[in-house]
Order: sequence, then structure tokens, then C-alpha cells
Amino acid sequence: MTVLMFGWEFPPHISGGLGTACFGLSMALREENIRLLFVVPKAYGDEYISLINASDVIVGQETEWVEKISQEKMEGSKQISVPSNLRPYSMSEADEMLEEWNWQFISESREKVKTKEGIRFNFTGKYGPSLLDEVKRYADVASVIARENDFDIIHAHDWLTYLAGIEAKKVSGKPLVVHVHATEFDRAGVLNIDQRVFEIEKTGLDEADRIIAVSQWTKDIITEKYGIDPAKVKVVHNGVMPPEDTEFTAIPRIGDHVVTFLGRITYQKGPQYFIEAARKVLDYFPEVHFVMAGSGDLLPAMIEQVAKMKLSSRFHFTGFLKGKQMNQVWSVTDVYVMPSVSEPFGITPLEAVEAGVPVIVSNQSGVAEVMDHAIKVDFWDTNALADAIVNVLKHKSLSESLKVNSKKEIQSLTWQRAARRINQLYHEL
Amino acid sequence: MNSEQQYLNLYFQVHQPRRLKKFHFLDVGSDKKYFDDDLNKEIMNRISKHCYLPSNELLLKIIDQHPELRITFSISGTALEQFERYAPQVLHSFRQLAETGSVEFLGETYYHSLAYFISNEEFIEQIGLHRQKINELIGVSPTFFRNTELIYSDVIGSTVAELGFSGIYIDGIERILKGESPNALYRHPEKELVLMPRNYRLSDDIAFRYSDEHWSEWPLTGKKFASWLYSIPSRDRIVNLAMDYETLGEHKKVESGIFDFFQDFLMAILHDNRIRIVNPSEVSKLLPAEKVISSERAISWADDARDLSAWLGNDMQRDAFGSLYKFHDFIVRSENRKLVDTYRHLLTSDHFYYMSTKKGADGTVHQYFSPYRSPYEAFMNFMNIISDFELRVKKKRRRTVFREANEINSLVA
Repeated sequence: MTVLMFGWEFPPHISGGLGTACFGLSMALREENIRLLFVVPKAYGDEYISLINASDVIVGQETEWVEKISQEKMEGSKQISVPSNLRPYSMSEADEMLEEWNWQFISESREKVKTKEGIRFNFTGKYGPSLLDEVKRYADVASVIARENDFDIIHAHDWLTYLAGIEAKKVSGKPLVVHVHATEFDRAGVLNIDQRVFEIEKTGLDEADRIIAVSQWTKDIITEKYGIDPAKVKVVHNGVMPPEDTEFTAIPRIGDHVVTFLGRITYQKGPQYFIEAARKVLDYFPEVHFVMAGSGDLLPAMIEQVAKMKLSSRFHFTGFLKGKQMNQVWSVTDVYVMPSVSEPFGITPLEAVEAGVPVIVSNQSGVAEVMDHAIKVDFWDTNALADAIVNVLKHKSLSESLKVNSKKEIQSLTWQRAARRINQLYHEL
Repeated sequence: MNSEQQYLNLYFQVHQPRRLKKFHFLDVGSDKKYFDDDLNKEIMNRISKHCYLPSNELLLKIIDQHPELRITFSISGTALEQFERYAPQVLHSFRQLAETGSVEFLGETYYHSLAYFISNEEFIEQIGLHRQKINELIGVSPTFFRNTELIYSDVIGSTVAELGFSGIYIDGIERILKGESPNALYRHPEKELVLMPRNYRLSDDIAFRYSDEHWSEWPLTGKKFASWLYSIPSRDRIVNLAMDYETLGEHKKVESGIFDFFQDFLMAILHDNRIRIVNPSEVSKLLPAEKVISSERAISWADDARDLSAWLGNDMQRDAFGSLYKFHDFIVRSENRKLVDTYRHLLTSDHFYYMSTKKGADGTVHQYFSPYRSPYEAFMNFMNIISDFELRVKKKRRRTVFREANEINSLVA
């Protein structure tokens, strides 16, 4: 069976969990004897997927297609302006410099963008303003790719690729599987939904022959907020990849008790609840240090909030971290906290567990569904969160049990398991 | 002496901070150095070439022809030590200027710091360190004072007077002058201390507006500027122009004509006998300081607000400063010279200036001086260094406690 798969990013050029999930899933599907034509809008040539046998996946081809089409359509130019408040990668102007500081690959990509027929992309590399254009252009490219290739199923990951998936379905008549890793309700919250993104998501979910949700939490959003028939939606939890290389340079501990937040610093991840809980912990336990690792549009506001509470000497902002730096941070972390407001899955707690760190996660996360050996609290309940933090720090018995049991528990959370289930779903179509 | 004689004082501030390295959280505890001495060297060499050397040379040349010229400098200790390390020829030319007898050097805090807001003792200590340094390198003992960025209040004035300084520079802003002219000398409400207000409008005409092509007076020539001084009413006896020395050739590049402007202006004043150029110690003996000026709240010459908000205006700045404040007593008591020196370098006002989130024209000036791309970056970098510093201090504390315990044990034994 051959699957035409549309993604948006691929390791090592990733900004969030989507690329990592696509990679894990691709590797495992290959073991299931699925032939993948994996398309990304921008290939850099050094993606991990090039490890896959060229007869299984033709990597160079999609890049070639994208470039060819871009070049064909380069004549003429019409400027269109696109409102810039688009998530997930949008940034307000004031914080842009800070973003660039950490999101290096984003700024790298700015020079490499092409123009196309009738539309001149004013690509500033800010991802946000031209993202919607990119999504539509991606769909144009998809129809060409679908026409030129043979495949049995189309599989599209997240709203950025839904239009591409639909286009491919139109051209080929093959069934479309839409894989929901996150929805606009997770990213933006109910009050800040970007209607344009919502429309694309809704269209994709309506047009799909099968929907894969990464958790029951996400399935509920799909059925309740998008009005989709629950029977069409199947839950397949993500897997976690075994750490490839855990060697890193040891770093000294900043203090005897270190609590870490690691993820994009955005509304969705609930950084403000982490800070609120930290304040409560510090009232009780003044020697605790808090690490806030990651970057995002709320970083400046979070720095200011911490400064306002005069806690800067106990709070450490690291900016965006790369692979080994994450291991370094895990090595000095006593407890990891993921207070997400709405987390479709949440791979980071599993990475923390893998690194031997006990975790506290919010009930509003998909990962909470698959982990029994984690402390779970409601994201808004900062008293409960503070209490959990203090207890894990104080009681070695508790932190050791969490550490040992959760590590055992996640052994079964593999991409192989997810791929097997997805392969079944393919065959049902 | 003509009782209607008008005077002009020109005071230039010479300062370079010791800028910090990029210091990531993962560097905390790694023994990485705090100061980016490669960058500091590079900047010092550049500014020496563009500003300090040619400007000093120009002044030496004019003084040679017109020994009656007077120029006032204040050189921060952090600039002096960087001249010593990276640009000894600049020190040499300042010494030559000192030897002409035409130049007065002011006292200030060694670290160009916010030391007063740590404690009176810290402030006094840093003034003493500066006095030693400038005596050692330039061979002078200042008797007139300027505090970091002209930060001033009555209590600061009292301390400065108690240290034996005869006067201090302040910014001549309306809310302090309360209708009085900036072009006069004033006195402290209680102490024997002359207050020299800076004429900020005329100073900023050179320091900021000079290169602004949209300014109605652009292009400004030396003669035109001199004519503005002549039009000052005769009851106004002294005009002080004060600005960064780096205005000459660094903030305003040589292509802007700033050197020609400056030379033309000086020559115009020197060739015309209406205005006499003076230094502050001299003029405070020549002119009475009759009226009292009082400021309970701290003022400064920075930003539109001209208060402390350039350095301690937002929560990040205050928290960063507060975090540093907490160690002060322990550090000073440690009597570890290197630790104390590092600590004091962290108190340099510039580090806090970089963390300002002000927008508009003020924000542009903050950004011009900042080696960081954003105030948040400046803050995170500074706090990572503070974290590292805190770790070092903790280790030190443990060793101290250990040593003391051993001493006690040996006594008991």
C-alpha cells in the first residue's frame, strides 16, 4: 500500500511536536510495509527521513516539484496583503526580535522563498503573515503531485495540509485521512479563534473519509466544536521515540530543587499557571528554582510577570532549546510541569519520563489519558499544582515511584502500536 | 572684572561600560567569564579612532593657540580601565590635556553605577575608587562632581558636599527650576554645594538635533550656534553645555561635519570677547549662587522623563537591580577584591538601561546603545549572570562557613 502523506515540517527543522510525530509515525509505518510519499512544503535536504530507502520514499522529488511549480508560475506579480494575526506561528511585531533570537531556522528560511503566479509573496520569514498563502499554494502543488504519482490513500497532518489533502483527493479520487494533532481551539482558545483557520479545519474534517485524533480530548473537540459524527473519528494516541543519543555535557545544578516548564511559551501551554503556582511554592519553599525553557509569543509577558513578582532570581528563562540542551535541562530537573490549557497529546512529558524526570500534567491533555503514573491537576488549579510540586520535591518516595513506574509505563507507548492501528484504519477504507 | 561678563562651560562625559558576554542559562555554573572583553576591546578601539583621539587632538591644537579655552571632562572608571587596557594612547592624550591647565576633570562613581541606590556607603566607596584611579592615570584630584547620568536629589547632594566637593552638575529641567533660568548657578538647600544646571535645550541641539535633516535649523553651523549664545539675555550669566564626548565622531560621524562644527563654534566664541569659557570650579568662585534649588525626588538627564525610569522604570529593571542588591553586604564583607570588582561592574547603569521597554524616541536611544536585540534578551542574559554569580557566592559562603568551623574546632581542641 502506498500513502501520499502531507506534512508541514520535518526534523531537524521543527518548531513544535508535529514534525517529531510525523517522523515517528513515518518510521513505524515503513515497518508496517507502507510505502510513503511524504511531502513537505520546504525540504532542506538534511531531514531525518532521507535515512529511509529511496525506493520506499522518493524524497528529492517533492522538493523538485515544489520548485518546478514555483518557477513555472513566477511571471507577473500582484501584491496581496494578508492580515498578520494568524496563528500558530504568528508573532506580534514587538516581540519579533526575541522570536528570531530563538527560532533560528525560521529566519533562515526567509531568503529561500519563491514567488508564484500572479501573487508575489512578501515573505518576511515571519511565518505568520504569509502562512495562509503558503497553505493555499501547498494545495496547488499537491494537485500536481497527486496527478503524477500512484497511491492508495491520502493522509494529511493538521490544518496546514488539509487543503493539500482535499486537492489530492479531488484529482485522484482516493480516500482522505485527516490526522488531527491540534485544533484552533487548542492553539488559540475559544475566545481567539481565527475564523479562517477554523474554516479550513472544518472543511478538512468534513471532506475527510476518516479522522484520526491523537486523544479522546481532541476527539471531543472535533465532535463538539466542529460538529463531526463521532463514528468517523478514531483515537490513536501518539508514540514516543526511544532517545537516539543521550550523551551530553553535564551542567551544574542551579539549586537543590529545580522545577521545569519546557515547551512553547504560548497561551496553549499555560505558562502563566506555572508562574502562579511557582509563586505559591516559593512562599513555602524559598530555595526552589524554576526553569522556563522555550520561546513563544508570551515570553516577554511572562518575563515581565516574574519580574513584577520579584522572582527573577528564582526563575530562569532559557529561550528555545535544541536536542542536547533539552537533555542538559532534564538532567538537572526534579519535576517537570505541563500545565497546558488544552493539549491534544503532549509529547514532552514522555520525553521527561524517558530522561528520568517525574511529571505533573494537566487533566486537559491527551497524554493524561495514557499515563497513570503522573500527577494530574486541572490547569487552572494553581493551588493543587503548587501542592503537587511541593510534595514531589519533599518526598523522595513519591518522586522515585513516579519516576520508576512512569518509565515502565511508557514502554508500551510506541509508534509501532500507533502505526499498526493506523494501518488497520487504512485497510478499512 | 566686568559684572556683566557671561560665561560658558563645556562638559563632556566619557564613558564605556564593561559589556557582558552572551550568557545562556546552560552556562550557569560553568566558570564562563562574564565580560565580553573582545567586544569591549573592539568598541574601544573603534571609538578611540573615531572620537577620543581626533577630538583630543583637536582640543590640544586649539588650546595651543588659545590657552584661555576651558574644557571639562568626566571619565568613568570603567572607561579609564579600558583605556588602560586597550587604548593607552588615549590616556596619554588626556594626560596631555590635563597638563595644559585648561582642562578640569570631575569626580563620579568608578563604575558609572547606580551605587547610591544600594547604599550611601557603596556610593562613597565608588567615588573614592574613582578618585584614586583618575589620580593614578591622569594625575588630577577632582573637586567638582557629576553623578551617573546626572542623577541628583537633595540627599545625593548632601553626601557629595560632605565628601568635600564644591559643586555638582544637574540637568536644568523645568520641574526643578520652577520658573528660574537654567543659565545660573544655584545652591543646595542645606549644604555648601553649588549646583550647575545643564542647558538641556542647547546641549541637545548638538547632541541630538544636529544631524536631524527635518529640524528647521538644519544644517547647524558653529557660527549660527554661537549667535544663539549671544542672544541669551545678559542677566543669564552662565550657560552649561553637557553631552557625551562620543557625540564627536561616534554618535555623529565625521561625515556629518561635527568636528568642523565644533571647531568653528569654539573659534567663534574665542575670537569674540563677549563670552568667556570657564571650568566649574573657577566659575563657582566668580559667580554667586544665590538661589536654592531643591529636589526631593531623583532627577537625571536621561529620556524624556528625566528621572530614574531609564534604569529602574520597569519591573524587569527593578527585579534585576533588587536581585543584585541582595548580595551586596555579603560581597563587600567577603573582602575578595575580584568578587567585589565583578559585583560593582554589574551595577553599571548601562546594563539596566538596555532592559528598558520604552517606546518611541526614548526607545530608539536605548536601542542605539544596546548590544542586545531586545530588552528581554538583555534581561535574560543579565539574570543568567546573576544566577551564576549567586552560585559562586554560595560556594564561597560554604567555604567560609567551613573555614570558620575549622577555626572554631581548632580553638576548642
